[in-house]
Amino acid sequence: MENKNEIDAIITKYKGKKGATIPLLQDLQSIEGFLSREIMQYASDQTGIKIADMYGVATFYSMFRLKPQGRHIIKVCKGTACHVSGAETIFHAIQSHLGLTDLEDTTDDGKYTVMEVACLGCCSLAPVMMIDEETHGKLTPDSVGKILDRYE
Amino acid sequence: MEIKVGLASCGLAAGAGAIYDGIKDYISSKGLDIELKKTACIGMCFAEPIIEITTDDGKNITYGRLTDADIAPIIDSCLQNNPLLEKAILSPDYDCPENDNKASQTRIVLRNAGRIDPESIDEYLENDGYKSLEKVLKEMTPEEVIKEIKDSGLRGRGGAGFSTGLKWQFAWQNESDKKYVICNADEGDPGAFMDKGILEGDPHSVIEGMLICAYTIGADEGYVYCRAEYPLAVRHLKKAIADATERGYIGDNIFGSDFCFDLHIKEGAGAFVCGEETALIGSIEGKRGMPNLRPPFPAKSGLWGKPTNNNNVETYGNIPWIILHGASEYRKYGTETCAGTKAFALAGKIRNSGLIEVPMGTPLRKVIYGVGGGMKFDKPFKAVQLGGPSGGCIPEHLLDTPVEYETILKTGAIMGSGGMVVMDSDTCMIDIARFFLNFTQNESCGKCTFCRIGTKRMLEILNRITRGEGVLEDIDTLDKLAHQIIDTSLCGLGKSAPNPVLTTIKYFREEYIAHIVDKKCPAGVCTALLKYTIDAGKCVGCTACARKCPADAITGKVKQVHVIDQDKCIKCGACYEACRFDAVVKV
Ligand SMILES: Cc1cc2nc3c(=O)[nH]c(=O)nc-3n(C[C@H](O)[C@H](O)[C@H](O)COP(=O)(O)O)c2cc1C
Ligand code: FES
Repeated sequence: MENKNEIDAIITKYKGKKGATIPLLQDLQSIEGFLSREIMQYASDQTGIKIADMYGVATFYSMFRLKPQGRHIIKVCKGTACHVSGAETIFHAIQSHLGLTDLEDTTDDGKYTVMEVACLGCCSLAPVMMIDEETHGKLTPDSVGKILDRYE
Repeated sequence: MEIKVGLASCGLAAGAGAIYDGIKDYISSKGLDIELKKTACIGMCFAEPIIEITTDDGKNITYGRLTDADIAPIIDSCLQNNPLLEKAILSPDYDCPENDNKASQTRIVLRNAGRIDPESIDEYLENDGYKSLEKVLKEMTPEEVIKEIKDSGLRGRGGAGFSTGLKWQFAWQNESDKKYVICNADEGDPGAFMDKGILEGDPHSVIEGMLICAYTIGADEGYVYCRAEYPLAVRHLKKAIADATERGYIGDNIFGSDFCFDLHIKEGAGAFVCGEETALIGSIEGKRGMPNLRPPFPAKSGLWGKPTNNNNVETYGNIPWIILHGASEYRKYGTETCAGTKAFALAGKIRNSGLIEVPMGTPLRKVIYGVGGGMKFDKPFKAVQLGGPSGGCIPEHLLDTPVEYETILKTGAIMGSGGMVVMDSDTCMIDIARFFLNFTQNESCGKCTFCRIGTKRMLEILNRITRGEGVLEDIDTLDKLAHQIIDTSLCGLGKSAPNPVLTTIKYFREEYIAHIVDKKCPAGVCTALLKYTIDAGKCVGCTACARKCPADAITGKVKQVHVIDQDKCIKCGACYEACRFDAVVKV
């Protein structure tokens, strides 16, 4: 398994602690950007947390991903303020800029993953998106392309 | 001279980081004697990026909507004690456009936000920080604190409005070897950002509130459960906890007393229902966040079965002020049943979108047209949405309703946590009802049948109506399903999920009829009921629309009238936005 040392360090940090499942999975996900079956099985064997419980948690919370994701995560806000300010149009503009269909969320080159979120708390600048940890506001269908192109 | 730059997430998103760097470079390249400081959000998000300057002769001016080009002239003018005022938005010394905005607010929980550097514990200390904790530990018994909080009339700001003093009393009364305090910073209501503003702008006030609560109920460990979408809030909170620990406000024998306290952060993982306190507790325990039946209430059996007190961020943020100034001072604001002030996040089609704080009992009209500055565009007001997915849409004729838990409830909406999204004639109320139902339907944890399946059926009906396939009976069916869901759901999510549908049926019934009978969407939002065409009399053949069309649905030669191929048109509205001659029309 790749990154075994890193994984072991995370497991050691949480092993035997109560309430550790979510932070354990959050940290494990940060290594590869998603939770592979292999990682979850290994963590389950090492910690004694049942794989079914882990899977239950991983599928309940929207932050966990079971598939590989792009290098940059684009979170498009579809909260109330953004919705009334045209979030749908922005989402389509991003999709068409990246050449994604409604059924795809990650570009073929593995550069971007697009997801919807329900409010980034920057409603005054609606419509808004967040790329990795950077928030961009007052988006227009024209401006999103220019912003996306700035990412390597 | 001193310059403060607003570097909260709203400021950063609007480019405040570059402004800060620009000012820094200007100061060092010119060797100027200027102290450059950071702060968070003063609430005027609509005018970001914002800086505040205090000149050498003691004048104070806040500037907004800054660009790089403004930096040098503004700094130079202020150094000469002759400040440029073109971009000034706020000042106690000069006549500025937003001076009234500030005057019409009362800032208690937001007392420090946008004024101090949230990453500096010293600035918090200079502004009475941790004085209330000291007072409580040295001079007050838990009973006295409970009495003070009860007397203040403070009610939970997380939405339900339960008496905070009483809640603390329950947790205090339940004896146990171990108790916990929790701060609910999950803020899941889309369109609300009060808690984010407080955590980014004044994290120590929340920590101090939690410490006072912990001492009072007899807890020695606490958790802040913070939403995953708020990385900056988490960062400021982490820094604040580390600094408070280093200074001895968190840890063992605080202020030389027997009181010891340990505080952790739990980052949420994206589930709206985890804002509900029993689900939140389950989530801290590492489980799927599913609500449990209450009683037992957390005050009796909460985190890991121990007595637990959970309050909202804003509730805790008020505590230090109340202890320091006294319950009777707090009671001077607000109404008989709802004491104090409330923070609101104004968003949507409102001119001054941002974070504000007004006394309880202020009429909605005053919030929207006074502090909020009225409508953003030249379109009439249609509704204000309060309480998010659990709330409702309040129409124009009810705008004189005072903001209080009970009065808002009478309209069919709820006060909620403080999100106010203003809508104009461009917003379709059926689309809004559908939007919220889609949200709650997605976020339902699935435990209760009616919440899980009933919301889905309601959503299907709303989808049909927005496609122009609705029948009049649908309105009654929606109403029936809504009441069944309310009656049979265990937690607040299901119990309140139908509210957006019920209030829109109640106040905007004619819009439902227009969709169902006339097959028209009066707001021009529901794409299935809408057609874009080009007015041949107005089209000059500039080709702007054709170039913008993502579906290649528009044809026409230069300087000739263009046409839209209705079979290809995806109704995205790009042509409508692009046309400068009003030749593209929605019908
Ligand atoms: C579905 C649902 C979501 C909730 N979300 C939040 C939230 O994001 N923040 C919050 O403080 N309270 C939320 N609540 C209310 C909490 O259950 C709880 O009443 C509140 O945190 C208590 O704090 P308070 O007394 O200080 O208001 C939610 C309730 C429900 C039913
Ligand atoms: S609704 Fe989009 S940031 Fe709040």
